[in-house]
Parts: sequence; structure tokens; C-alpha cells
Amino acid sequence: MPDSILTIADATKRYGPVNALDRVNLEVEEGEFLTLLGPSGSGKTTLLSAIAGFAPLSEGRIDLRGRDITGEPPEHRDFGMVFQGYALFPTMTVRDNIAFPLRVRKRPTAEIKKRVEYCLGLVQMEEFADRMPTQMSGGQQQRIALARALSFEPQVLLLDEPLSALDKKLRADLQWELKSLHDKLGVTFIYVTHDQDEALSMSDRVVILKDGRIQQEGVPDTLYNHPRNSFVADFLGKSNFLDLPVSAREDDALTCSIGGTKFPVMAPGATATGDVLKVALRPERIRLGQPGQEMLDGTVRQVSYLGERCLVMVDHEDVGTLIVSQPTWKAGVTPRAGLPVSFGWDADACVVLEPGG
Amino acid sequence: MPRLADKYRYWFLVLPALVIMIVFYIWPLLGIWQISLTEPKAGIENYTRMFDSSAVTTSFILTFRIAILTTIGCLILGYIVAYVISNFARRAKPLMIALVLLPFWVSVLIRSFSWIVLLGRSGIVNDSLIGAGLIDSPLRLMHNEFGVVLAMIHVMLPFAVLPLMANMRGISGAYVDAARGLGASEFTAFRKVYFPQTMPGVMSGALLVFVLSLGFYITPALLGGGRVLMISEYITYQIQEFLNWGLGSALSVALLVATAIVILIAARFVNLRSALLERGS
Repeated sequence: MPDSILTIADATKRYGPVNALDRVNLEVEEGEFLTLLGPSGSGKTTLLSAIAGFAPLSEGRIDLRGRDITGEPPEHRDFGMVFQGYALFPTMTVRDNIAFPLRVRKRPTAEIKKRVEYCLGLVQMEEFADRMPTQMSGGQQQRIALARALSFEPQVLLLDEPLSALDKKLRADLQWELKSLHDKLGVTFIYVTHDQDEALSMSDRVVILKDGRIQQEGVPDTLYNHPRNSFVADFLGKSNFLDLPVSAREDDALTCSIGGTKFPVMAPGATATGDVLKVALRPERIRLGQPGQEMLDGTVRQVSYLGERCLVMVDHEDVGTLIVSQPTWKAGVTPRAGLPVSFGWDADACVVLEPGG
Repeated sequence: MPRLADKYRYWFLVLPALVIMIVFYIWPLLGIWQISLTEPKAGIENYTRMFDSSAVTTSFILTFRIAILTTIGCLILGYIVAYVISNFARRAKPLMIALVLLPFWVSVLIRSFSWIVLLGRSGIVNDSLIGAGLIDSPLRLMHNEFGVVLAMIHVMLPFAVLPLMANMRGISGAYVDAARGLGASEFTAFRKVYFPQTMPGVMSGALLVFVLSLGFYITPALLGGGRVLMISEYITYQIQEFLNWGLGSALSVALLVATAIVILIAARFVNLRSALLERGS
């Protein structure tokens, strides 16, 4: 088991009657790329601020490699931080911005010069060294902010929605760069975002928060394919939610039914034992076919074409409307509104959710 | 109906103000310039007399010294007030802004007389100090430069606070957070990151206070008691007491030129347009 660099225990932050963080427990492993993901108001930014030292916790503690840093001011924590609005110092050149953390640490001039050049190289911005921040685009400023936060070799790099102000294409480019920078430097990254694609594409591990509580944490693949509750299933990608009556049960293998149709559901490790299962079903796991070809029959209500995929809304008399996502290049049927179709899914496509979640 | 071109339409809108400015301001001003060159007889005699007079030189030096001291005092006090209002006062903010603006609603004359009540020989300050047994005879708190500068700082303070506040409102708290997150102490973050960003506010506040102080009349006249003769009071003396319109006018022109030079020098360092015109955000 890898070592923890940060241990957050029972972290609670109260703003008046509101709990922005509610007894959050989290271990951050040395060198990992950890993403805190959640909608606005979920407590992700508060948690990052608490780690950085800007928002003191109401209760709980934070340990850095076994040392209690709960009450330490931000400047003693030795964490790099990248802000959503870049926060490059407008009165300093790019070079002075990157040198700033080194100068306040009173590093020798020669070393500062070398480090600044190295960091400019890391983000491929060598030729911008003497510019003022206001003379650069958002993407360029964010690279400089990154170089500045890395220049003093921080123990942890904290990133607060660093890409959210950039346009979509640039965001995608910088995602690749951030990931490769992380792999190259081996620094622990803690990344806050509300963008699920960003979280899934870059992270080693994702923590999903809602209302100041951790909903689920795990590697992206696990979170996507085995969401614990309906919030996670809905927040990470799209999901159809079904209430399935259980007609037979044999260990992990269940038999459920819709209308008169019975079908198997694999539910490894599912804790739900009631007569009705709440399950999530990903749109891309549902197959469409000609009438009679798959296990259930329905009618196409609406089609939305997205280029590589199309989303199809299918009405069924018992389950209501389901969303199906199918690749446009190998459609079993070419869906259009009003078309009768059949649809079905594999036994392992339904994910059993915790009741009530 | 034919529409007037936009530029003509806008001229019509400013026309009333423009006419008033020209008739009641520019024209009389030119008249002053003329008098300085024609009274008592044509020539530049008034100007040569002005430059030869040691009294005039002394008054100019005094005027600049008081303006500089007032500016420094206003900047130090005003910076602190603006900083607290911008960064710490949340609930008290409207009240504090109102307190800064309050002096604007009270006449300069009344404010200056209040200082006389405070600082006079048997004013509140001296009476209290004597009553407390701290001093035996009253201190001279007015009719000297100290009293003038003190009262002028009070009068000019809002002119320093307002541009500084406008400037500080535009500085995101993220900069100081970023500096501290990168390892700077609170003080270093202020000195290296926050303070340099407030320089435009400092410069425009300084310019405003300094230029207004150069031509200030009421407060120095009342608090100086005839002993602290700043240039505008000197001009009044020349014209009212000695009926010396020529020299008085020449001094006015000199003050105008001196002020213009200060603004021109300042313009090299400050963006006057944004400093003086763009108050909001």
C-alpha cells in the first residue's frame, strides 16, 4: 500500500447553520492525481481551501506526512496552488512571477535563474519570460500560473478549477499537458473541478462530493461503471434509473422482470435485499434492434444526433422513457421518431444502487 | 426629417455648459493674464518683480511645503482607511464610506472654524491638557504651519480615500491568497503583491490632494491667522489690501503654471484618464 501524504480526518467546516464540509475523511496518496468532483456548493472548493490553509476547519484535522498542519498558515504548508482566475501578479513579469515563491524562500540568485528557466521549459513558454501577464491569453496565463506553482518543488500541487475559464478545445489540450506534467514530475496533484470529463480523463482517483459529504471515491472506471448511488450515477455521465422487481435470487445472480419479461441481473456485492431493486443503466449499454430482435418492445419518441453518437429516447409502456446512446456508425436500426423498435441489455449492464441514495 | 450628424447633436448637448465655461471662466481668466501684462503699465514688469521678491519666493516655497506635507498625511491616513474599508469591513462598510463622505456635506468654512475651536489658545485641546496637568501654559497649535497642515489633511482626506478605494475595489483577494499559498508571509504578500497594485490609486490620490492644496485658501487663511501666507492668500492681500492688480494677476498666472507643470510631470507616471475619470470599477 502506498504512503499517504495527506490525511484528512473528520474535516467539518460550518458557515453559520450550513455545513460546507461534513465530517470528511480522506487519504491522499503520495504522487497520485486526485480529483475532487462535485456540483457547485458540494464543498469541493472548501475542502481544497482547507487543505491550502485559507479556510480554517471548524472541526477535524489535516496531517501532512504525519505532522498536524491543521492550524498552520498557508505560507508554511509548502503547497503550490493554481487558481481559477490564474492570479498572476499583474505588476510583475512572467519571470518575476515564477521566481516569486523562490525569492520569498531566499534561494540563491543563480538557483532561482535556473529553476525559472526549467519551469518555463516545462510549460513550453520560454519566449514569454519578459512579458507582463496582461499581454497573454488565458491559456498562456494558466501555463505560467502552473509554472509558478511548481517552481519551488511543492509537496502537493492544488488546482482550483484551473481550466474552467478556457474554451473547450484549449481545455482538452491542457488536460493532456497537465496529465503528462504530473507523470513527469511525480508531484501529488489535488484537482478541483465540476467537469466530469476532466475528472475522468486525468485522474488516478476521483472523490465525488455533494452537500459537503463524500459520496464515493475510486478510480474513474469504478466510479463510472459501479456508481454507489443515483447521485453518482447521474453526475458522472447519463443514466437511466429503473425500479426492478426481483423474482428470483441465487447469490449474485438475480432474475428481474419488466412487464411479463424476465431477465437476469448480475449484482456482485450488492447489499440491497429488498423485493425491488433500484438500478442504474447506462444509455450506451442498451442495444436497439428491429421489433422482436431484443427482449423488450418500444417506440422511438425522439432522436438527437451528436455526430459520433446519437441519443434516442425510447418509450416503453412499463418503464416509461429510456435514453439510449448508440454509435452512429453501426446502428442496428436507423432510429426516427415513431419507429417501433426492440431493446435489451446484458446481464451485467444494470448497476444496483444503494436504496434511498 | 433630416437628421443632424451625431457629432453635431452631441455638441448641442454640451453647448450650455460650454457657453457658461467660456463666458464666466475662460474669458475672465484671459482677463487676468491680460491684467498681469498691462497693469500698472504694459510690459513684463510684474513678472520680474515677482521673481525678484523674496516674499513671493518664500510664499511659493511655503505653499509647496504645506501641499507636500498635506499630501503625505492624506496618503498615509487615507491608505489605511481605504485598505480597511476594502479588505476587512463587511457589515460596517456603508457606514465607513458614509463617514468618509460626510465632510463633503459640511462647508469647508465650518470645518475650519471647528479646528479653531479645537486648537485655539483656550480651545478644547489646550484646556483639556492643562486640566489634566500635562502642560502649564497653552501650546501654540494654530496660527502656524502645524495647525494649517492638520486642518488641511482633514479637509483633503476624502480626496485621497476615494481614488484609493476605487483602485482597491478592483484588486481581487486571490492575489494575496496566491502569494501566501506560494510561501509569502502576510506582510510580504502585502508589500510585494498588494501594494504595487495600489500605486495607480496612490498616485491619483496624491495628485488630486496636491493640486487642490496648492490653490487652497479658506483653511490656511483661518488656521494660519495671517502668519502662514500660502500663495492664494498672498494674492488676496495684493489685490484687496494693496489694490495691486498687476502683481496679484501675475501671481495667479504663476500658480496656474506651477499647477500645470505638476500635472504634466505626474502625467508621465500616472494614466490621468483612468486615475481621475474612471472612478467606478
